[in-house]
Formats: sequence, structure tokens, C-alpha cells
Amino acid sequence: MERLRKLGIEAIRRVALGSTVLGTGGGGDPYVGRLLAEKAVREHGEVALLDPSEVPADACVFLCGMMGAPAVIVEKLPSGNEAVAAMEALARVLGRRVTHISSLEAGGINSMIPIAAAARTGLPLIDADGMGRAFPELQMLLPTLEGIRATPMSLVDEKGNTLVIDAVSNQAAEGFARVATVQMGASATMAFYPMKGSQVATALVPHSISTAHRIGEALLLARQKRLDPIAEMARQLDGREIFRGKIVDVLRRTTAGFVRGEAVVTGLEQWSGQELSLDFQNEFLVARSAAGVLVSTPDLICVADSEAGEPITTEALRYGQRVSVLAGPCYWRWRTPEGLAVVGPQAFGYQHSYVPLQS
Amino acid sequence: MRIGIDVGGTNTDAVLMQGLRVVAALKTATSADILTGIRVAIGQLLAASQVEPRRISSVTIGTTHFTNAVVSAIGLAPTAAIRLSLPSGSGVPPMSDWPPALTAAVGPNIYEVSGGYEFDGRPIAELDFAQLSRIAADIGQRRIRSIALTCVFSPLKADSELAAREFFQRELPGIRISMSHEIGRVGLLERENATIINAALLELAEVATDAFRDSLRDSGIAAPLYLSQNDGTLMEVERARRFPVTTFSSGPTNSMRGAALLSGLKDCVVIDIGGTTCDIGVLSGGFPRQATTHVEIGGVRTNFRMPDLLSLGIGGGSLVDLDDLSVGPRSVGFRLPKDALVFGGATLTATDVAVAAGAVELGDRQKVAHIDRERARAVLNRISERIAAAVDRVQTSREPLPVVLVGGGSILVDRGLPGLGTIHRPPNAGVANAVGAAIAQVGAEVDRMLTLDGKNRRAELDAVKAEAVQRVVASGADASTVELVEIDEVPVAYLPGDCVRVRAKAVGDLKIQQEAPV
Repeated sequence: MERLRKLGIEAIRRVALGSTVLGTGGGGDPYVGRLLAEKAVREHGEVALLDPSEVPADACVFLCGMMGAPAVIVEKLPSGNEAVAAMEALARVLGRRVTHISSLEAGGINSMIPIAAAARTGLPLIDADGMGRAFPELQMLLPTLEGIRATPMSLVDEKGNTLVIDAVSNQAAEGFARVATVQMGASATMAFYPMKGSQVATALVPHSISTAHRIGEALLLARQKRLDPIAEMARQLDGREIFRGKIVDVLRRTTAGFVRGEAVVTGLEQWSGQELSLDFQNEFLVARSAAGVLVSTPDLICVADSEAGEPITTEALRYGQRVSVLAGPCYWRWRTPEGLAVVGPQAFGYQHSYVPLQS
Repeated sequence: MRIGIDVGGTNTDAVLMQGLRVVAALKTATSADILTGIRVAIGQLLAASQVEPRRISSVTIGTTHFTNAVVSAIGLAPTAAIRLSLPSGSGVPPMSDWPPALTAAVGPNIYEVSGGYEFDGRPIAELDFAQLSRIAADIGQRRIRSIALTCVFSPLKADSELAAREFFQRELPGIRISMSHEIGRVGLLERENATIINAALLELAEVATDAFRDSLRDSGIAAPLYLSQNDGTLMEVERARRFPVTTFSSGPTNSMRGAALLSGLKDCVVIDIGGTTCDIGVLSGGFPRQATTHVEIGGVRTNFRMPDLLSLGIGGGSLVDLDDLSVGPRSVGFRLPKDALVFGGATLTATDVAVAAGAVELGDRQKVAHIDRERARAVLNRISERIAAAVDRVQTSREPLPVVLVGGGSILVDRGLPGLGTIHRPPNAGVANAVGAAIAQVGAEVDRMLTLDGKNRRAELDAVKAEAVQRVVASGADASTVELVEIDEVPVAYLPGDCVRVRAKAVGDLKIQQEAPV
């Protein structure tokens, strides 16, 4: 397949659609982000997409994206200037000019924010991200495994408030940023994980934007040709449909600023008579049947409407929905002991150890 | 006695009801001007039942008139879309994702102003009246006739929208204004879209409701007129003039609610077979289960509550191929009374097959005498199998729900549906939509973000519920019949302080004077 070198309006639409799959139930609805990126590209031109191997060793790379409550981001929309302001603030602290931008996560609205930022600054975007999916906290990025610090980082809001955080660990940075985000009105934009071009090859998940684009393209094609969207999604995730059924119960509770919860799905068709439970902390974390854990973080769990093939976010889960549960393997480095220490089941407070998804 | 009227694209259906009993029912063709059709329907209804117009206590109309205006982009007023949000929001301005034809039909006249609130009610910025003043001058100059006001987090705090409305009413006397907090819930773009559409429909709503009232007056009826809304509740005509957008998609809702009444079932699957489609939905507690995805109207994304329907391309007018036993999705639609074989036409429709199979007596049987009876039966079996499979998909509990069959096309299912048990076929099933309009209830919804930290959760929730109940009574419900039908509590992600979003919905019967027996 021909490499994706430029991101224009059509490509953005495909990436946005694909990012709802990689969002694994979290990351927020990319709709607002897509409109933001489309406007930026219409006004400033298409975004150049660079393969990680093309980034010069002495490049100054910033990751950028939003932190906050998805329910707030759909009401208080960005001014569009936040990401640029955040990168300028971080550059001031470091005394260096940013030369390349990358995404913090491939799923949800944060797949779109760096595209808008790249269009507005004219800087190239690296075809990569920090997670290869979506995770709920800011230390849950691949650079953490490489010993790269998230801070100094900048946090800005649409009003122009700018905060710089320098924390002793990436975990500590998460705590400070979370509190500051609430004060900023529950949504904020950050520039963080400043790194050198030479670090990109190992510290980022490569090709995640073109992966999202490929998934979006495949889903659009499936809709056009009236193919089974679920089968197509499974193929694109390099995974499979692990369950199909109806949601019969959804429990949610807020703990420490996060929504944790559980959804129970009762089986249909070949899964008739069985039950599946899905745990989530904004993203889906664990899928369990009577036999035990079927899939768990960091592998990808995606829930989609069985008919339309539309991915469903954890916020939108409702009693009675007819859903397909899909699972796909995570980026290989998350499966290493160091990776699992950051995003494995135990990092989320589970007792069970990680069982890799069998293909 | 109450009259319910459903004005569809093909037929105008009308029923006269005494309490919950259907006294008279009829179908007439929808007229191009809509009003003639309504007048004819009322006239025939009163004549058939020999009821005097003065005995009618209320009339409810369900209509697609406003939906059609948006879909066809005809009859919309030039409208100013004013957003109180800066410095937030400018990254995604108003009408960002609208289809060009609809954008051109209302403007675009886009204004973004300093203002808006945070999720906890703090101002993002103070409302800037100097900016509003410049906008007022521009609106006057450009002869814009309607204004849509949308403020960030106005469903939580409406002060700025109210202040801006007061300002524009003073500066531009007679201008029509819609405020977003009265129209939608949290989710700025969808609420703003609905508000702009509503504002653009205000003129048309006045013309149409005047005409509805005229057609009632011409029929000698002095009773109050109501319009039915998308959630199965009704609104007074004065309210419909201010919120025409809430009539969208009332047709399928009315159909399902009518089916509930006619069958006496509150929890069931409703199959409504019309001329072109078969719509399948689930009634829960007498109200349709709502769709969870975003609903597009005329290509514009909104967050209206719409019934969650599964539509199959099967109806009385569906084209049939006897060779491979296929049915639909193509249909002769409103030309069915002319084009079907049994009515002297030249097109083989599902209705013809039903007559050939002996499922129903309709039209001229001889015209389908050449069709093999077994073959016709096989087509009907195929239809039943497809519908039964779809019903299985919409069922949400392990216990199968009872099934109610309504609509003019229900003749296609003359025997059972495989694997589904008893099928209820209530009398007057063909006009279930008009029955649904006649029995619509009054409803109100409250949508709030609550910070529960350190507060009494029960008390906070009770306050929201009480507000929903108060709103229903204020909208004309009989207080003794009001009940809370829905309470939905969703924690808001990533916020400390135990923040939740609560939605409460209450409904009640319309307060009307005691009815004398027939």
C-alpha cells in the first residue's frame, strides 16, 4: 500500500473513524477534534506526515494532546489555539524550538489535536504515538519505559492560563496535572515528553496514524459494500470477535476522579447462554467470562454496535444495546515485564496476571 | 372526546376517542397544503360518528411538516447563530458541519461573543454587551429575522442566554429568538444545531399553527390544539410555535404509543408495517426505547431523543420477485392505491401477494388469479421469517416480550411469526399513529451536572426529580397523574469531587375538563 504522506480533509475523516476503534471505549468522541483538525487544515494547509525513521536525530519533538472530562470537552469546545500555546510555553522553559510534533495517544479526540496543531504551526507530524491505543493516565506512555520524563510539561486552557509542571516522576506529573485541569474548567491542553529525534524510534509506537487511517478506510469501504463491519474491524485489529450479545447491566462509580465500572453482556447466536462482563476505567480493561479472564489490558478491547459497526464509548454504554466485543493485541512492548508494570492488570489494581490474547 | 391526527407523507389518519376507546377512525390522502387534508379528515370523522364539534375537548396533531421544511431547506427564515463562548469554541465555529444547501437557506450569519460558563458555573468570560450591540446593528442591517442563542453550559446556568435575549428584544423589537437551554442538553454542537434549526422554523411554525387553528375553527371546534413531540408527549400549540423542532420524528413514536394503548400492553415489541418500511421498536413502560446514537436531521447532527427503531424494507407497496421470492426494499409507496395489480395497476406488490395467498380480501382478486397460491404463500413465509429474525435482534431480555402488530401493511403477516408466540393484532391497528397522537402525555426533562462531594446525594437527586415534576405540571399536566419515568445518573470522568450528570424525565396526563359520556 502507498504510504500516507499528507493529511488532508479526507484522510482526517478516516483517521478519526479509525481512532474510535483504537480508543477502546475511551479517549472521548473524536467528532469535535475532527472538526477542529478540518478547520485548521482548511485554513493552513495539509499536514506533512513523517515516518519515524525520517526524523533527524537532533530534532526537538513534543507530544501534545488534551486532558479532561470527555463530557466537558463536548460542551466547552477548544479555541483551537491551545496546543500552539502549550508548545510555545514548553519551548520557552526548555529554551529550544520544537521541530516535530507527535500524538500522545492514537485513540479518541487526542488523535486529532496534534493534527490541528501541526496544521497551525506548519510543523511536521510524526506517524506514531505514545500508546498505540488509549489509556487513562499520562504516565501510561511508551516513553516512560525508556526513562523519558513527561516533564517539564505545560498545561494551558482556552482562557490563556499557562502552567508549567516539573515533577519528580511521570506518575507525580499525572497527579498535579489532573488537579490543575479541574481548576482550568475540566479540560486542558498539554505539551509534554520533550525528546530528541534519536529517541523517537524506540520511545514511540510507530505508524499509529496510518494504522488508524487504514482502519477508518476499511470501515468506510465495508459500509459502502455492505460487508460485515464487525468482521472487518476484527481483521484490521489483527484480532477477533470474542463475544456478541445484549448489554443487560451497566454499573458506574467515580473513584479518585475516574469513572470505573462494569458492563454485563448476555450472549446471542453462538454465545447464547453465556455471559461476559467488561470492566472499564474510561477505557475497557478486562473482559471476563464464567471460565475466567478472556482478555485484559494492555491488549485492546473494543465494543461496537453489532448492526452498524459503530464503536461505543464506555460513557455511551446503555442497557439493551446489541454489541460485539472485539479483542486485538497491543503493541509488543506493552507485553514486556516493564510494559506490564505501567499498563498491565496490576497497574490498574487487579490481582490477576496478564494473559496475552491468543490469535 | 379527543381527536388525534397524524399527517404523514402519504396519508392523513384521524381518530375520535372517548377516553381510551376509539369511537371513529379514518384515513384520507394527505393534501399538498396539509390543511385541506386535516379539514376533510375532521369533517368526515365528525360526520361518521355524528358527534357535535362542541363535544371535542382536545385535538392533537402529529406532523412531519417541519421536518420536511428542514430536509428540503424550504420555508426557513434567515437566522443569526450567536454563540456566547469566547475565548473557548472558536476552533469549531457554529454550523461547522452543516450541508451547504441548509447553510445557505438560513445564512450563514455567524457570531461568536465573549461569555459562557465552566462546568461548575464559573464564568469563562463576562458577557460583552458592546459586542452584542454591534451584532444587533448588523442583524438589523442584514434583515435577519431570527436569532439562535447558544451559551456554553447554559443547560446548567441560563443567565447569559436570558440576558442576551432581553438585550436583543430591546434592540430589535419583534425579532424571533430561540435559546439553547430551552431546547437541548449538554453537548454544545448538537444543542446549538437544534437551536439554529428551531429559530429558522419559528416563522413557519406561526404560519402552520395559525392554519391548524383555522382548520379547527372552520370545523366548528373550539377545543385546545396540541402538537405531539418526538418523545411521545404533547405540547400546547403556543409552545409548538416556540419549539417547532421538537415535533421531529413524532410519527414513529405516536405509532408505538398507539399500539401500546390499543393492545393494552406497556412492555412489548411493536411491529409497524407501512407502505414502504417495517419499523420494529421496543416499548418499555408504555414509552419507546430511545436511540443512543446521534440523530441527523437534514444532514445536521442533533441530540434529540428518538425511538430506537430497526427498519426493514418491507411494506404493503414493496416490489416482489416471484422467481427468487424476494421482497423490497423498492416500493411503489404512496402510488399503492393505483399501481398494485389488485387495484388495477401493473406492478406486483406485497399486497397483491397477500391477496393471492388468500391472506386478505382486498381489491379485485381476479387480477392476481394467475399467481400460484403456494408461491404466494412462500413469499409471505419469507416476509414473516425476516421480521421474526429482526424482532429477535431488538429483544433485550431473555424473557421474550409480547409482540404487537400495527400499520396498514400488517396484512402481510396473517399467520404467526416463527418462534415468537402470540401476536397481538389490536382493532384499529391501521391508525395506531393517530391514536398515539390523541393519547400523548405531557412530559419534561431536566439535565444537570452535580458536584456531590460533601453533599447529601439523595437530597441533590431529589431536587432534580422535583424540578422535572414541577416542569410537567407547569406544562399542563394533571398533578395527580405525574410520574417519574426515567432517572439516569452518569459519573463524569476525570473529575474529582464525585461529579455526576443526572437526567430526570417526568410525564403526566394532560389536564382536561371532565368528559360527559356519549
